[in-house]
Amino acid sequence: MKVLSYNPERCVGCHTCEEVCSDTWFKVTDAEKSSIRIHDDSGSGPLRAVYCVQCGDCIAVCPTEALSRDKKGIVRIQKKLCVGCLSCVGFCPYSAMFYHPDQTEPFKCIACGQCAKTCPADALEIVEVETPRAPGLQV
Amino acid sequence: MSEKATLHILAEFPYSVPTIERGYAGQTLYVNVGERAIQARPVTEEMKLKFTGGRGFDLWLLWHGVKDNTRWNDPENEITISSGPCAGITQYPGSGKSIAATISPLTNVVIDSNVGGHFGPYLKFAGWDAIEVQGKAARDVIVYVDGVAGQVTLYEAPADAPTDTHLLGHWLMDQFAATEEDRQLMSFVTAGSGAEHTLMGCLNFSLYDRKRKALRYKQAGRGGIGTVLRDKKIKALVVHAPPFGGDMNHPADLKRIQAAGADIHQEVREFDPVQNRMRNRGTPYLVKIMDDYDLLPVHNFQFGRHPDTPKIKGEVWEARLTQGLPDGCWYGCTVGCAHAVDGFVVRTGPYQGQTVIVDGPEYETVAGVGSNCGIFDPEAILEINFYCDTYGIDTISFGTAMAFAMECYEAGVLNAERTGGLELRFGNADAALEVLHQMARGEGFGQIFGMGIRRMKQYFIEHFGADPHFVWDIGMEAKGLEYSEYLTKESLAQQGGYGLTNKGPQHDEAWLIFMDMVNNELPTFEDKAEALHYFPMWRTWFGLCGFCKLPWNDVVHPKNKLTPQPQKIMHHVENYRQLFIGVTGREISYDDIITMSERVYNFQRVFNIRLGYGLREHDAIPYRSAGPVTVEEYESRADRYDRQLREWLGLDPETMTIHEKMAAHRRYRMERYEKLIDAVYKRRGWTERGVPTPEKLHELGIDYPDVIAVVQRHL
Repeated sequence: MKVLSYNPERCVGCHTCEEVCSDTWFKVTDAEKSSIRIHDDSGSGPLRAVYCVQCGDCIAVCPTEALSRDKKGIVRIQKKLCVGCLSCVGFCPYSAMFYHPDQTEPFKCIACGQCAKTCPADALEIVEVETPRAPGLQV
Repeated sequence: MSEKATLHILAEFPYSVPTIERGYAGQTLYVNVGERAIQARPVTEEMKLKFTGGRGFDLWLLWHGVKDNTRWNDPENEITISSGPCAGITQYPGSGKSIAATISPLTNVVIDSNVGGHFGPYLKFAGWDAIEVQGKAARDVIVYVDGVAGQVTLYEAPADAPTDTHLLGHWLMDQFAATEEDRQLMSFVTAGSGAEHTLMGCLNFSLYDRKRKALRYKQAGRGGIGTVLRDKKIKALVVHAPPFGGDMNHPADLKRIQAAGADIHQEVREFDPVQNRMRNRGTPYLVKIMDDYDLLPVHNFQFGRHPDTPKIKGEVWEARLTQGLPDGCWYGCTVGCAHAVDGFVVRTGPYQGQTVIVDGPEYETVAGVGSNCGIFDPEAILEINFYCDTYGIDTISFGTAMAFAMECYEAGVLNAERTGGLELRFGNADAALEVLHQMARGEGFGQIFGMGIRRMKQYFIEHFGADPHFVWDIGMEAKGLEYSEYLTKESLAQQGGYGLTNKGPQHDEAWLIFMDMVNNELPTFEDKAEALHYFPMWRTWFGLCGFCKLPWNDVVHPKNKLTPQPQKIMHHVENYRQLFIGVTGREISYDDIITMSERVYNFQRVFNIRLGYGLREHDAIPYRSAGPVTVEEYESRADRYDRQLREWLGLDPETMTIHEKMAAHRRYRMERYEKLIDAVYKRRGWTERGVPTPEKLHELGIDYPDVIAVVQRHL
């Protein structure tokens, strides 16, 4: 399956990925609506990216079966089934399920690759992995 | 699947389904099943401001529906059900609770019983903040609230429709749900054949479990509301909700709600696995803790621990309960304590051989029908739990009453002749089950037993020559309601927590044992009185808004212990404050929370007084709640009791007979309870007789003329 991968050594912290992501999925430039977030915890690096690694831990937590894997192995939210409870937000081991008050349903990275295409530092790429928890994907 | 019957329509009421605004649908539904009348009634600003919702709305509607002399089986008695403005939010665990209320057949005063399941939120989504049913039907009826079509219909139930909940639920689904989506949007309130023939009937509130594709049930157990439902010949209340999402309440500020929700879900994920394991065990995690602290009710509250407790402790239930499913009783409850045993094969009674889902068991059930009755067999506990639920019988009243009957049997008050051949000794699960089946059939000893402890006491005195002192001392009821399952002998504050309640001894008002007895945080009468003011009010608030209490203190961030008042868990209180503001847009402070509850609590106290109870003498407790009744009981804790004689009373136990020692304890402990009452009444703003003063009612803004008129008769 294809998932997003991040290289902190290359990342320059320009946050372009956040802008591209929110623009792609919400048609606005707003980091709060991005499914990838770049953090500089100490203020002086190293940088850290938060995004979904497609581990699927959220699937069992969902009370309405709104979360499932698609044919390509990507964890997707079916908005029609979601009741906006945010259980998945609290139970994501990577804190990579996001929410915003403009909508009730949470949102997440589905490895669309738009951020990787536009990353000026080549810190993001879409890679092929055998299992969703492949080593090296821990963020 | 049963064939769909053609139901005879008795009354119809079309309505336009309102949009819910800031948590309120703005109307309540009145149904008179006797007169076949259905009406919409407005929710006024006064109701919202003074009574909030939930129990507050229930009491307000009930107050105006009944007369001073209404008894439980009078047609004008009502069942009221309301969830509250915050019910139906999906973002915070435990936000789907309802409160059901009625004039209780057990206590003759108002009972309020809190319950999960989908009915409360769905009723609101269907356009009603509360339902109020009155009257008595001539034949069995079904009330159907269709929030999709916008119609309330009163149907006559066919004579062959089942009564017991696990069958009736299936029948109702077949009748009213055409598609899988319909099934998800349906909820029922039902009782059962046990509720018909006893005074301890419960209500079952259904939820459709999407993953199991099966019906599950939660119980409004306390005080016989199911008995009232069947007395009115109501087979079921049915609601069909429109499809909904995470903003069905149209909250004032979704952001606050989402932030609080994400915060608590994360706490649950991080700390529940290493704290109570509610997600794996549910409330039975408590069994071992209670035993460790000598607080688990054993053999009718005589003892606080038992060597066989490990057979029914949390680990056992974790292995027996189905794991890995999101067992919340409302969407978004990650605490998820509503577990179940799947594939249970029934061993006895009319449903022998059926494979069923057993909901729970909860701690109260394990302790009540388990340890308190000397039954330490998990399979027997599950069997009793299943039958109590489907027959519509409260497991707490059943367990506590069975423990009483068993002690009476062991003491010779009862014998095989008097029980119709049943050897009701501690530990005899088969005999307990047979009583349960008799209760459902309305036969034999089950008929006597089904009246509850208070009436059994009288019956045993009159018919079996029982020693009145003995049965009054050991029968664990107050106000006519059976005790829930905590041993209170060594915690004065918890004696008050049970005795000084409005509805009777139920732990949802105050649970102070650990603060008082284990941690010794309430050394003075004033400290205990303050706790018996704050905590009952805080806990009342959950039932005004539509919340469950468990996410407040059954998972706690470790940093909480560093806060100034860790027992209040202010971080979670703040979450709740944010949720209320987020839904209603009404800014409230921590003090406002307590005042909101005080209004409803005092109103309920006055309501009890109006019905002829609710005074000091009705806050009395059985002596076993306060101290050791029997020699055996004293001797089981002789070191502790002897030490107390020395330290508390300056007596030398070496020079006293066991009966002198017990008498000294009794005098001291009962005097202490009276002093506690004085301190608590003072703190609550009541007279020495337990009557809320007009000044207090004025301060709370509930000094309505009819309320003041009630208290003035007792000043």
